[in-house]
Amino acid sequence: MATIDYPQQAKESFLAGIVALALTVPMMGLRTASGQDGMIIDIRMGDAALTALGVAVGHFVISLIRQALQQRSPKETKTEKSARLKSIAIWIGWASFAFALTLPFTLNLTEGLGLHNKTRYYLDIGILVLTYVMLGWGLNIVVGLAGLLDLGYVAFYAVGAYSYALIAAHFGWSFWVCLPLAGLFAAFFGVILGFPVLRLRGDYLAIVTLGFGEIVRVVLLNWYQFTGGPDGLSRIPRPDFFGLPFKRSSSEGETFHQFFGLDYSSIHRIIFLYYLIFILALITNAFTLRIRKLPVGRAWEALREDEIACRSLGLNPTNTKLTAFAIGAMFGGFAGAFFATRQGFISPESFTFIESAVILAIVVLGGMGSQIGVVIAAAVLIGGTEMFRGLEEFRMLAFGMAMLAIMVWKPRGLLANREPTVTLNGDKEAKP
Amino acid sequence: MSEPLLTVEHLTMRFGGLIAVNDVSFVAGKRRITSIIGPNGAGKTTVFNCLTGFYKPSVGRLVLAGADREHYLERMDDFRIGQIAGVARTFQNIRLFPAMSVLENLLVAQHNKLMRASGWSVLGLFGVPSYRRAEDAAVELGRYWLEKINLIDRADEPAGDLPYGDQRRLEIARAMCTEPQILCLDEPAAGLNPRETADLNGLLRFIRDDSGVGVLLIEHDMSMVMEISDHIVVLDYGQKIAEGDPEAVRSNPDVIRAYLGDDEENDDIDAETAGDSQ
Amino acid sequence: MEYFVQQLINGLALGSIYGLIAIGYTMVYGIIGMINFAHGDIFMVGAFGALIVIVGLGAVGFGGAGVLIILALLAAMLIAAVYGWALERVAYRPLRGSFRLAALISAIGMSIFLQNFVQLSQGARVKPLQPMVEGGFVVMEKGNFAVTLSYLQIIIVVTTVVLMAGFSLLIAKTPIGRAQRACEQDMKMASLLGLDVNRTISLTFVMGAALAAVAGMMFLLYYGVIDFFIGFLVGIKAFTAAVLGGIGSLPGAMLGGLLIGLIETFWSGYFTVEYKDVAAFSILVLVLIFRPTGLLGRPEVEKV
Repeated sequence: MATIDYPQQAKESFLAGIVALALTVPMMGLRTASGQDGMIIDIRMGDAALTALGVAVGHFVISLIRQALQQRSPKETKTEKSARLKSIAIWIGWASFAFALTLPFTLNLTEGLGLHNKTRYYLDIGILVLTYVMLGWGLNIVVGLAGLLDLGYVAFYAVGAYSYALIAAHFGWSFWVCLPLAGLFAAFFGVILGFPVLRLRGDYLAIVTLGFGEIVRVVLLNWYQFTGGPDGLSRIPRPDFFGLPFKRSSSEGETFHQFFGLDYSSIHRIIFLYYLIFILALITNAFTLRIRKLPVGRAWEALREDEIACRSLGLNPTNTKLTAFAIGAMFGGFAGAFFATRQGFISPESFTFIESAVILAIVVLGGMGSQIGVVIAAAVLIGGTEMFRGLEEFRMLAFGMAMLAIMVWKPRGLLANREPTVTLNGDKEAKP
Repeated sequence: MSEPLLTVEHLTMRFGGLIAVNDVSFVAGKRRITSIIGPNGAGKTTVFNCLTGFYKPSVGRLVLAGADREHYLERMDDFRIGQIAGVARTFQNIRLFPAMSVLENLLVAQHNKLMRASGWSVLGLFGVPSYRRAEDAAVELGRYWLEKINLIDRADEPAGDLPYGDQRRLEIARAMCTEPQILCLDEPAAGLNPRETADLNGLLRFIRDDSGVGVLLIEHDMSMVMEISDHIVVLDYGQKIAEGDPEAVRSNPDVIRAYLGDDEENDDIDAETAGDSQ
Repeated sequence: MEYFVQQLINGLALGSIYGLIAIGYTMVYGIIGMINFAHGDIFMVGAFGALIVIVGLGAVGFGGAGVLIILALLAAMLIAAVYGWALERVAYRPLRGSFRLAALISAIGMSIFLQNFVQLSQGARVKPLQPMVEGGFVVMEKGNFAVTLSYLQIIIVVTTVVLMAGFSLLIAKTPIGRAQRACEQDMKMASLLGLDVNRTISLTFVMGAALAAVAGMMFLLYYGVIDFFIGFLVGIKAFTAAVLGGIGSLPGAMLGGLLIGLIETFWSGYFTVEYKDVAAFSILVLVLIFRPTGLLGRPEVEKV
C-alpha cells in the first residue's frame, strides 16, 4: 500500500487555502453596510481568514480520506457490490415505509409519554417531506427514466395548485373531483410545453424548461384578475373526510369528530392530510414501478440511453418524450393540488426556480431512476434543513455545496443501481 | 437473380457543393447478402443514412418491397422506416442501451408490437392477460436470438458490460428482433478477430437462409466480403464503378484500380482469394 | 419618433451589457460544450466587487469619479477572474469526463452557493450607489420630450466596442486565441499536439469572467442598485442572447445581446413593463424551436 505524501498534500491544501483567501477577502472581508451618511465598508478580515483556513483544513482532511479510500483494495466484485446495494436499498425502503406509515401514531405515543409536545410540528415536516418525495418521484419519470433535463418542473406544480384552487372555488366540487382535474390540466400543460421543445438537446432543453418555469411564475404574478397576482389565492377549500368536514361543528351536518365520536382536535385534519399525501406518493411510486415494465417505460429508458438507436428501431421519439413529460407533469399537478388544499392559500412566491432546483437535486442526488434514493434525498435535504431551521441562512449555502459535492463524489447519485425490468435467468422482480 | 428486395434508383446526395453520392443505382435481392464496398470516403455510409432516413436524398428513389406493399424510403421519417417499412440497421460505433440488460435491449426492439398488445401501455397497466402473453412471446424471441449469438448466460447483465465482439453480435440480434424485411449492417466486422469474424459469417448466413431476411452490409474486410456475399456493389468517389458476384468484382480492373495505392491490401486480396479457391 | 430614438439608445446600452456577458457563455460553450450556469452570478460578483472598491476608496476620499471607476473596473475584473477560475476548477473540471447532467447540477449548486455566499457576506438588502456619471447630450427635442444620450451610455457602448475589438483580435491573432480555437475544434488533438488544454479552458473561464465583471460594473453605474440576485435574471437573458446570436460565435453573442437589449427596451417602452422578462424567455424558446443554431452560428451535424 502506497503511503500518503503528507507534505505534498499539505502544500496543495495550503494553495487551496490561498485561493479561498483570494475569494473571501473581497466578499467577506469587505462588507458593504449602511453607515450614517451612506454606505461604508465594514472590514471583517477575521471572518475571511477563518473561512479560508477552514477551506484549507477541510481540503486537507477530505483529500486524505479520499486517498485512504482509494488505496483500500476493493474487496468485492461489481456484482457483489450491486447485490449489496440492492439489499441495502430494499431494507431502507421497507424501513422508511413502515416509519412513514406509523408516524402519526408514533408521535402521538411519544407525546403521550411526555417525550415531546410537537406532534403537529413533526407531522408538518412529514407532510413536507412526503410532498417533495412525490414531486421527486414525478420528476424522476422525466429526468431519471426518460433522461429529459427539466429545470422548470415547478411550473406543473404551480399549474396544479392554481387550477385546483380556481376549480374548487368556482365550481365547489369536492377535493376528489378537483384533484384529478388539476392533474389532467397539468398534463395538458405538459404536452403544450413539451411539444415544441422536446427535440432540443440536453442543455438547451434545460434552459428552455427553466424559461418556461419563469414565464409561468411571471404570468401568475401579473395576471391579477385571474390569479390574484402577488396576493395569490386564499380561502381555498380545505379537504374533508368524504363529506365530513374537519370542523368543530357545522351547520350542514355532522362533522368528522362527531361522526367518529372523538373529541374535536385540529390534529385530525393534519393526520388526514398526512395520510393523503402518503397515499398520493405511493400511487406515484406504484405507477413508476409498473410503467417501467411496460413498453412505454422501457422506451423512456432506451431513449435516455441512445436516441438515435431508438429511432433506428422504429420508436417515435417525440411521442415517447411527450408521454414522459405529460405524465411527469400530471403527478406534479397532483402534488400541487394537494399543496393548495393543505395550505389554504397559494401565491407565486412558492413557485420559484429554486423549487425546481431542489426537486431536481433530490432526483439526481438520490440516484436517477432510484425510487429509494429519492426518499433518502428528500428526507435529508428537506427534513434535515427543516429541523435546523435556526441555521436558515446557511441552509441554501449548504444545499448548493451538497449538490456540488455529491456530483463530484458520486455523479450517478447516492443509490444509483439499476435492476432490469424483466429477467431471463433470475426472478422476475424489479427493485424499487 | 432473386426477387428484388431493395431497389436503389439514381440515388444522389449533395451537401452544399459536395456531392457525396452521385447517381448510384443497384438492387439488393431477397434472401441475399449484398455488400457495398469501396475505399474510404466513397459514400457507403451516406448511402446507408439515406436508406435509413437519417439523410433525405437530394435525388433518387429507394423502393423497398415490403411484406404487403412497396415503401418509398426517400420520403419517410427515420423512425417510420424502421417501424413501417421494416428496415433495421446497426451502426459503425455500436449503439446499444448500455445501462439496460441484454434481454431488455432485445425487448425494446419489439416495442411497437408490444405497444399494440398493451393498448399503448394503458391496458398493460392493469395487467391484462393479452399483454402478458405478448411480453412472454417477446421474451421468447429474445431468448431465441440470444441462443443464436451465444449470450443466453449474460441475458440479465447490463449491455454496456459486454466485451466488444459480444456487443456487436447483440446489436445484430437486436436489429433482428424488430422482425425486419432487410438488415443493414454498417461495418459489422470492424474490430473483430478472425474467429469472431467467422462466427459473424455464420450468423449472417443463418439470418439469410433461416429468416429469409435480406442483408445489406458495408464492409472493409475483403476476405469476409468475398466469403459471404452473394452480390457486391463497388463505390468510389460517390459513384458505382462495379456490381456483380464476388468472382466478377474480384477480377474487375476498375475495382482493382480504385484500390490501387493500397498495394498491401491488394496483395492480401490476392493471397486470400488464392487460398480460398476451391 | 423621439420616443423611438430614446428607446433605441437605451436598448443599445442595455444590449451592450448583455452582450458582454453573452460572450462569456458562448466562449465556455464553444470550448467545453456546456452552459456555465453560474456565469450570471460571476457577473453579480463583479458588480459587487466594483461596488466595494468604489465605496471603500470613496469613503477614504481617494479620488475623483474617473479614477474610482477605472480602479473599480480593474478590481472587479480581478475579483471576478479569480471567482471564475475557482468555479471552473471546483465545479467543472472534476466532472469533465462525466455525463452532462452532472456538470449542470454541480453548476446549479455553485450558482446557489454563490448567491447565498454573497447574500450572507454582504447582506440581503439591495445596495444603492450614488450616480457617479451624470449628464449627457440632448440628441433631439420635440415639445418637451428630449431624447438624451447620457455620458454613461456613451461610456458603456464605447467600452463594449473597444473590448469586442480587442477580444476579436486576441482570438484571431494571438497564441492564446489560437489555442482556444484549437481546443474548440478538437480538444483531444490539441492536447496531443502539446497544447495545455487545462490552462486554455481556465483562461477561457477567466476571460469570460473578466468581461462579465465589466458588464457588472456598467450595470451598477447604470441602474445604481444591485443585490445578490441580479445574476439569475440577467444571466438567463444573456444566455438567450448567446443562443440567439449563435452559440459559439463571438460576434453572434454581441449581436444577440444588442437584439435582446433592444427587444426588452422596446417591449417595456411600448407594451408593458411587467412582462418584459417573459419577452426574453419567449424569444429564447422561439429561437431554439425555429433556428437552433442562432443567427450567426454554425449548424452542428451529428455523425451517425
